[in-house]
Amino acid sequence: MANRKGLPKPFLCLALVILYAAAPGGMRSFLQAVSTVTEEAPTPLRVVQMEGLAVLKIIKHCEEFAPALVTGQLLGLDVGSVLEVTNCFPFPIREEDDEADADGANYQLEMMRCLREVNVDNNTIGWYQSCLLGSFQTVELIETFMNYQENIRRCVCIVYDPSRSSQGVLALKALKLTDSFMDLYRNNGLTGEKLREKKLSWVDIFEEIPIKVSNSALVSAFMKELEPESPVTQCDFERLKLSTAPFMERNLEFLIGCMDDLSSEQNKFQYYYRNLSRQQSQQQAWLQKRRQENMARKAAGEEPLPEEDPSNPIFKPVPEPSRLDGYLVTNQISSYCNHINGVAGQNFNRLYLMKALHED
Amino acid sequence: MATSPALLFPSPSSASSPPSSARVEAVVLFNVCDSYVRRPDQADRVIGTLLGSLLPDGTVHVRNSYVVPHSESADQVAIDIDYHHNMYASHQKVNSKEVIVGWFSTGFGVSGGSTLIHEFYSREVQNPIHLTVDTGFTRGEASIKAYISSNLSLGDRHLAAQFQEIPLDLRMIEAEKAGFEILKSTMVEKLPNDLEGMESSMEKLYILIDEIYKYVDDVVEGRVAPDNRIGRFISDSVASMPKLSPAAFDKLFNDKIQDNLTLVYLSSITRTQISIAEKLNTAAQVL
Repeated sequence: MANRKGLPKPFLCLALVILYAAAPGGMRSFLQAVSTVTEEAPTPLRVVQMEGLAVLKIIKHCEEFAPALVTGQLLGLDVGSVLEVTNCFPFPIREEDDEADADGANYQLEMMRCLREVNVDNNTIGWYQSCLLGSFQTVELIETFMNYQENIRRCVCIVYDPSRSSQGVLALKALKLTDSFMDLYRNNGLTGEKLREKKLSWVDIFEEIPIKVSNSALVSAFMKELEPESPVTQCDFERLKLSTAPFMERNLEFLIGCMDDLSSEQNKFQYYYRNLSRQQSQQQAWLQKRRQENMARKAAGEEPLPEEDPSNPIFKPVPEPSRLDGYLVTNQISSYCNHINGVAGQNFNRLYLMKALHED
Repeated sequence: MATSPALLFPSPSSASSPPSSARVEAVVLFNVCDSYVRRPDQADRVIGTLLGSLLPDGTVHVRNSYVVPHSESADQVAIDIDYHHNMYASHQKVNSKEVIVGWFSTGFGVSGGSTLIHEFYSREVQNPIHLTVDTGFTRGEASIKAYISSNLSLGDRHLAAQFQEIPLDLRMIEAEKAGFEILKSTMVEKLPNDLEGMESSMEKLYILIDEIYKYVDDVVEGRVAPDNRIGRFISDSVASMPKLSPAAFDKLFNDKIQDNLTLVYLSSITRTQISIAEKLNTAAQVL
């Protein structure tokens, strides 16, 4: 029977507390040697392959704690252009105190150690989280990604939406940050100029990767036997439900909230531009005055004063607000719009079906 | 003799009476199969702990599981107890409502070593259930059975433990949410999106309606003996559609269509708006 052993790697901890547990000393230097040799560009990630077990565990964990948001760790293998997720384990809900950090790290180490004893690939390849109606694009997500990216070559975030799944859709998404965005973020280059240079718009922040589901032959044999004989499943009931109004209402509410956020972001930018132009005109005025003074002094035969004065507060550069929030809000808005479109499409189908049935 | 006034002691809680049936979620089965596939080479079977809850009507709802390393030889069984406690503590941190309800093992039937393991688990929880998952398909079918054990003793001497099978409910409603197509095949290329899912559900509905038509036709023509129950079922379902006059129905229908169209219109306007906003934001500087 297959014993799948992942590549031994140093243990990893929760994003906010990064520490390296002691891997056996000899292995570590070997790994470092290997990692410096293979410097060629990694093949781009094309598909995320999940095992049915991981899918079920994620669904179970997220649904149990809905509407609270939960997270967990993904374990698996990184093979060529496919990232295989073979197992996962949930994180406990953390309270807001400092000792929880150490506890969380201990929990993670403990789970990884135990899972390794039973031959589960204990290679961290990302994390999963649940979200509410698709509003997962937040700054925390980006920060977590950056933290993970420092340690793991390829990591992915799986987002599950329990509220959309009540519409009969399996709402699993695999996300990753695009490389260009990560470079910019690392160098704090989220200003208008740099973004225009790289032609980076809000669509380019997140990249969605298609998901494949695979199962071992044993478990699929079991499932085939145990499949209920009724031709209609719970899934179908949910898909053919006519009352989607509450779901749409919530979507619209969130959409309205996001539009408010977007307009406040735009106000921020207007304010910034106004300040900038005001500062510019102040600088010009001051420069004029200086030049006049200098001419007067030259006429009087004295040393001209410098044309710049860094200590003057009007020369302090006005900080440009980061465009990141605006981009994230825009992303959220677009995902809400997508949801609304999807559900409206389904509604059309259902309504016409109802009409046909009624006429019969 | 006057009967003493009724002094009712509270009857022992249902926790002490053995569970009468069991319900297993799909994720447990997947976990068991996965750990069987990953077992160390010298082991014949895997065992592990079952977590879940005991419902008030005597049913055990098994919701989670984890495998416990063990070693078995002809006359000895050794379980890694520390591992078991560690994993249990970790799982409790996530979900404190899932408690130990029993243990599972792969392989068909109950063996001698199982009694020892069952005894260990009875020290952890009262009336543990024992789940066997036959991964070898010894009888040519998937047999998953649940047992509880009762001790057979003659006077004071403990003779044996008898494992009684209890009914097992494998309905796996949670798995149906994910869709059985995904869980059945060894490889699914793409997760279905909303419209494809709708399409398949509607096709299923179509097929069902066709079958019912055929059945009714057959009964009318006398080809099939009529079954009153089915007839009543059919008439009930047809009658459950609300009776609306055509005008009222049309109005309702049109209203809903208008609502949906409004929503689609709103969302496309929003989309246009954000692309304009984005262009404005990153447009050339004012200066």
